[in-house]
Parts: sequence; C-alpha cells; structure tokens
Amino acid sequence: MTFSMTRRVAMAAAVASVAFGGMAQAEAHKVLDQLHFVIPGGAGGGWDGTARGTGEALTNSGLVGSASFENMSGGGGGVAIAYMIENAESLDNTLMVNSTPIVIRSLTGVFPQSFRDLTLVAGTIGDYAALVVPADSPIENMEQLMGAYKEQGPDFAVGGGSVPGGMDHLVAAMVMQAAGEDPTALNYIPYDAGGEAMAGLLSGEIDALSTGFSEAIALAEQGEVRIVGVTADERVPAYDSAATFKEQGIDTSFVNWRGFFAAPGTSDEKVAEYISALEAMYETEAWETVRSRNGWVNIFNPGDDFRTFLEGQEKEIGDLMKTLGFL
Amino acid sequence: MLEGIMIGLSAAFSIQNLLMVIAGCLIGTFIGMLPGLGPMSIIAIMIPVAITLGDPTAALILLAGVYYGAIFGGSTSSILLNAPGVAGTVATSFDGYPMALKGEAGKALTIAAVASFAGGTIGAILLMIFAPMLSTVALLFHSAEYFALMVVGLSAIAAFAGTGQVAKALMMTILGLILATVGEGALFNMPRFTLGLMDLQSGISFITLAMAMFALPEAMFLVLNPARGATGKSSEISNLRFTKDEAKIMAPVIGRQSVQGFFIGVLPGAGATIASFLGYAVERNIAKGEAQAEFGKGSVRGLAAPESANNAACTGSFVPLLTLGIPGSGTTAILLGALIALNVTPGPRLMTDTPEIFWAVIISMFIGNLVLLILNLPLIPYIAKILAVPRNFLIPFILFFTLMGAYIGQNNATELLILVGLGVVATILRFADYPLAPLLIGFILGTMLEDNFARSMQLYRGLDFILERPMTMGLLVLAAVLVLLPSYRARRARRRAEGVADGD
Repeated sequence: MTFSMTRRVAMAAAVASVAFGGMAQAEAHKVLDQLHFVIPGGAGGGWDGTARGTGEALTNSGLVGSASFENMSGGGGGVAIAYMIENAESLDNTLMVNSTPIVIRSLTGVFPQSFRDLTLVAGTIGDYAALVVPADSPIENMEQLMGAYKEQGPDFAVGGGSVPGGMDHLVAAMVMQAAGEDPTALNYIPYDAGGEAMAGLLSGEIDALSTGFSEAIALAEQGEVRIVGVTADERVPAYDSAATFKEQGIDTSFVNWRGFFAAPGTSDEKVAEYISALEAMYETEAWETVRSRNGWVNIFNPGDDFRTFLEGQEKEIGDLMKTLGFL
Repeated sequence: MLEGIMIGLSAAFSIQNLLMVIAGCLIGTFIGMLPGLGPMSIIAIMIPVAITLGDPTAALILLAGVYYGAIFGGSTSSILLNAPGVAGTVATSFDGYPMALKGEAGKALTIAAVASFAGGTIGAILLMIFAPMLSTVALLFHSAEYFALMVVGLSAIAAFAGTGQVAKALMMTILGLILATVGEGALFNMPRFTLGLMDLQSGISFITLAMAMFALPEAMFLVLNPARGATGKSSEISNLRFTKDEAKIMAPVIGRQSVQGFFIGVLPGAGATIASFLGYAVERNIAKGEAQAEFGKGSVRGLAAPESANNAACTGSFVPLLTLGIPGSGTTAILLGALIALNVTPGPRLMTDTPEIFWAVIISMFIGNLVLLILNLPLIPYIAKILAVPRNFLIPFILFFTLMGAYIGQNNATELLILVGLGVVATILRFADYPLAPLLIGFILGTMLEDNFARSMQLYRGLDFILERPMTMGLLVLAAVLVLLPSYRARRARRRAEGVADGD
C-alpha cells in the first residue's frame, strides 16, 4: 500500500511537471493551433501508435494546440491515401502517417498511387523488425530457430500481421535468405493485425512471429515472448537483451521508417510549418518520453531528403522482392 | 483477492473516480444512441481527454464507462428505429423492434436496460473471480476453433427457419457472405470484387449495410404503408414495466446468456457480436413450442438474450486485454493504446505490479452498471416518446440519422450513394418477404469465417484440422444441431398433427 501510494504521488508530480512545462512552452513557440492525423490502419497498430505518440508529444510540448486522430483502415492504406487525394482541398492541418508499406504496396500494385502523389513532409522515426517466439519455447537464438526450421520444414509456421508479400512477410523471408535458406519455401501465415498474430503465437498456432520491434518489447517485458533477433545493426538501448541478426551471423538489417504526408497541393509555407513543428519536437522532453517508451529510433528526414530516401528505398525493396519472387 | 478488492474499492470510491464512472457512462450512453457512432469511435474521441487526466486508473475507468455506456445506449436505436448502430446490437433489433411496433417500446427499453445491467454485473463478477485463470483459456482457441465458432454464429439464421423461410434465409445468408468478400482481406494482397472502385477497396462498411438493410426500408415502409405507422404504437407507450411472469421467464435466459456471453467475450476476436447472435440462437433452440414461435415477433426472451450477452461479452473482452495485453477487438485495441500512452503495459504482471489499476477498474464496472441502470430507467418514458412523434416528422428524423450514421463512419460521400443503392435493394427484398437479418449476420461473420478457415487450411495443409482438433469438431457438430434441430422439431410436430388428423 505504501509503495503504491508513493508511486502515485510520484506519478502525480510527474504529470504536474509535464503540464506546467507544457504551459510554459505553449506561450513560447506554438507553431500550429490544431493538427489532425489520418491513420490508414486500425487502432493499436504501428501507424496508430506513431500518430498518437507524435500527437501527444506535439500537444504536451505546446508546439501544437490540439491534436485529433482518425483511423481509416482499408485497402492496405489505399483508402486513406485516396481520401487524402480526393479531399485535398479541404484538408488543412491534416497529416497522414505512413511507413515502409506505402513503398511495398505501390510496388505490388495494391493501390494505384505512390508516395509521389502526396506532399512529402518528413520521415520522423524508425522501428526495427524482430522475430519472436513464446517465452516458453525451447528456441533461444537464431541458430536454434534455423535448426527447428530445417527439421520441421513447412510445419514451422511463421506468422505476421501483414498480407503475404507485405512487410512482416518480407522481413521473415529476408532473414531466411540471409541464413542460406530458400525464402519462398517459408510457410508464412497472415493475420489481420499485430494483436491477432500475437494471440496466434501465444496460443501455439504458429511457431514464430515476424513483427515490429517496439510491439515486441511490450510483451517481452511482460515475460510473454522472447525476441530471438532484431534487424538493427547494433543492439537497441531500449531493450538491449535482444540480440541482432548480424551478431548471430545472419546479415540482415532493416528499418521500417515512419513519417508524415500531407494532401497533394499543400503550399510550401504550410509544409515548412509542419516541418518546423516536427523538427522542434525532437528537442522536447515530451517527445523523449514517448520515444523511449516505444523504443523508436529518431531519424529526421524532411522534405527533399525524404524524397531521395524514398526513391532509394523503392529501388532497393523492388530489387529484393524480385529476387524473392514477389514481383 | 480480498486484499485486491479492498485496494480496488478504496481507489474506485475516490470522488475523482466516481465522477469518471458517471461521466463515462453518460457520454457513452448518449453518443451510443446515435447510429453510426459505435464504442470504438467514441472511445477514440475520448482518448485525448483520458490521457490528459494523467492517472491511468481514472483514465481506464472513464474509458471503460464510455465503452459499456455505448453498448447500453446502442440498443436504443435498435429497438426504437430498427437502426442498429453497432454490430453487437443487431440481434437486439430482432425482437426489440417488433415489441416497439406493438406499442411496447417502453417495456422493451426497460428489459434491455435490466438485461444489460445483469449481463454487465454478472460479467464483472466472473471477471473478478476468473480473470487470472482465464488468460490461458483465451489462448486455447486456434484459427480452426474460431472458424468453427463463426459457423456456430451463422447457425443463428436457423431462428428464421421456423417461419417457413428456410430457403429465403439461406439465400440471404449466402448473399451476406458474398458481400463480405468485397474489398481487401488479410490473406491476399489484392482487392476482390471492387469493380475497380477505390471506395469499395476497404469493403462495404457495416454501418452502411446495417442502415441500408434495416433503417432505410423501415422509413420507406412508413411512407408506403401509412396504416403501419398509425396503428396503436404511439398511444400505448405508457406501459413501461414487464410483468412478474415475464421476469420469471427472463431470469434464466439472462443468467445463461450472461455467463455464455462473458466466456465468448474472453476469446480474442469473438466479442459482443458473436455473443449476441449465439445467445439469440441458443435461447431460441431452448425455448419450446409457442415461446419459440414468438421469437422474431417481440419475444421477451429474444430481447433479453442478446442484451445480456453483448454486455457480458464486453466485460469478458477485458480479460485478454488486462491479463495478456492482447486486444481482442478494435475497441480494446484503442484501450490498449491509451494504457500504453499512460505508461501502463497490460499483461500478466499488471495484477502484481499495479493491482490498484486492475481492481479499481473491476470495481468501477459494478458502479458503472448501477449508474447506467439508475440513469436509464427514469429516462425511458422520454426516450420512448420518440415513437409518439407523428409520422411526417419521424420519417425525416430516421432518414437524417441513417444518412448521418453512414457518413460519419467513413467521412466519405460515396458511402451515401452505396447506402441508398443498397437501401433500394433491401426495400424490394422486404416487399418480397425476404428476411434481411440473415444477410447482415452473413456479412458480419463472413470475413472472420474466411480468414480463419484459410489460415487453418494453410496450417494443416488441408481440411485435416476438423478431424485433428476435437474442439473444432465439437463446435461444428453443435452448429449442425442448432441448424437441424428446429426443422426436425417442426417436422415431428407436423407429423404428429397429421397423425392426429388421421385418427392414428
């Protein structure tokens, strides 16, 4: 009881300081009164977390007066993209969150548009991908996982929260290819969302799960899953007990960037406002709280740099998908 | 556990948290009454408010209050306007709306309120006792069992077999399943049957279809058939109470469906919708003779069953959320997001690390349900008066909420065209006496049915999962029994009747 009381007091104090800090900053450099986030997927997923986290940091730091969020799932994100294009003229102060899949899905032709049809604002964060197994699994590292895979063949099912040929599948196939296996032989089981896939893993229906690192950390900390490999080049400080694929001899690295897009035809002044709000956000404590909690990696990639990066990634992933036989 | 309850009591009965419960329930009920705004969107709207509270206990109590308030309020539009705003209250309209037509709108709302209260309260008791144990049960279900569970859910259409419309009901179910395949599924990275239209890429939205199938034809009927609106229903809404006999009939139904609904709610992905359909199907099969024939025509059993089941299921869905950190539905996924934003990671350690949150939420559920009952009962006469509104005012009112409901769900004007198009088809089907509820059931369950079936096929490389997984087999057998039993009973009754006539 005493413990929980002190905890609560500490929490209240923290909240109070954040609130006061926010107020002080609000007067200093408020960039936008209001910002609306369009989230192309359901609640609880990676896009959702990114938009809500960014909105929280921007409002708590006072850079933005208020933030609202709208989940618009469907069409693998195509519905939200079409919405941004169709309603371009009425979408003031609206940003759509997106990530690597916008590149993958326009390559495979899921939706006819690509990032070129939107106004690029900035890439803001990255999240690594991870392979996880249930905490009670005998598999503790990639060597054992590959052993089990070789032994069980197609009975070794790897799940993920994306369609076949989507990001979770691609990452798993990349790992298999780098480990010297035939990536097309992998038995990939698609789920509708990360939460469902995680339930599938814990129920024992699938043997391993390909998922975002930040989503994996939460359940790993609760002792439910074990992370057997991360696609980072070096161990990530947010959860440094998870080994990278590279240190286990599997030469795979991958960052799922996340960033923001505005409706086509947005004025340069407006884009500059968005960029300055996001840029200033990195310096705030509110952002640091959100970032460290989610294990995200800061990558700030605004405007034209963002375009160059996306064009490069489009080529890289396109080549990879051809090799893997998805294109 | 006792210590936990004490911690929960002291936290839940703080003035701040009591206010949170009351505010949450109020907001949830009133917004939930509007068709088109389901618990998911209401909670999403409330999240910034909850997060600024800073205290995770207060935030979760507020959001949970909004959640069951919305489910509570959602039944109102189902009963009064035949316009279910959430999938979980579709089954409520099966008997709730016929009751309202008979002039028993007040009674129907009272039954819904009492059944919801009982469902929510029994659910909270079960949650309190079983939550720690149930986390493992939630994981017993594989895709194969989910597939079988969806098949059991589909057997709810058997409820329409008794009226001699088996063929029509089956056709409508299949039409619903076909409509569910439109758009992009989880299993293929290409859209299907979208006619190249981007607006169909995410499929047909549930709200649009529900409004088109139920509310629009209703408004059309009121226009085309003036006698229907004029007879009886407006003057007799003074009848608010159900009789002692009806209470006796309902008590076992509510008891059974609260327990069954809770356990279905525990399964990630199943939720309030399946619980309400299954509750309806099971109760219809248990009922005998005349009581069974009453289903669909304003049966108190048929109303109490889905109402207690969907509320109990909502409570049940907190089990995987709080004990595993796995969101079982879109709504609990939003709740999970809010919790993580407040630095609380739900999972097996939630109960040991922060017991005050876990127990305060459960205790607040009891308070919330009581608040909802106290709040709703006195308001029922006023809410029911909606039906006393003259027809020429009521029709535009229904049309307004129907169109608004379809629009705010998607923020897309094309949705209105789809709504009207489907509404015309639905009106024609209704004139031809086709039951439209099976279509909606097929549509709601279709996607989950297909996804889970395909996953099981891929995992077992064929249909072996039916033989290899006893629970799947058991559920499929149960579905067969639920479908065949009513027609077998009907045939036996007919044969008996013929036998008597022959003097056999």
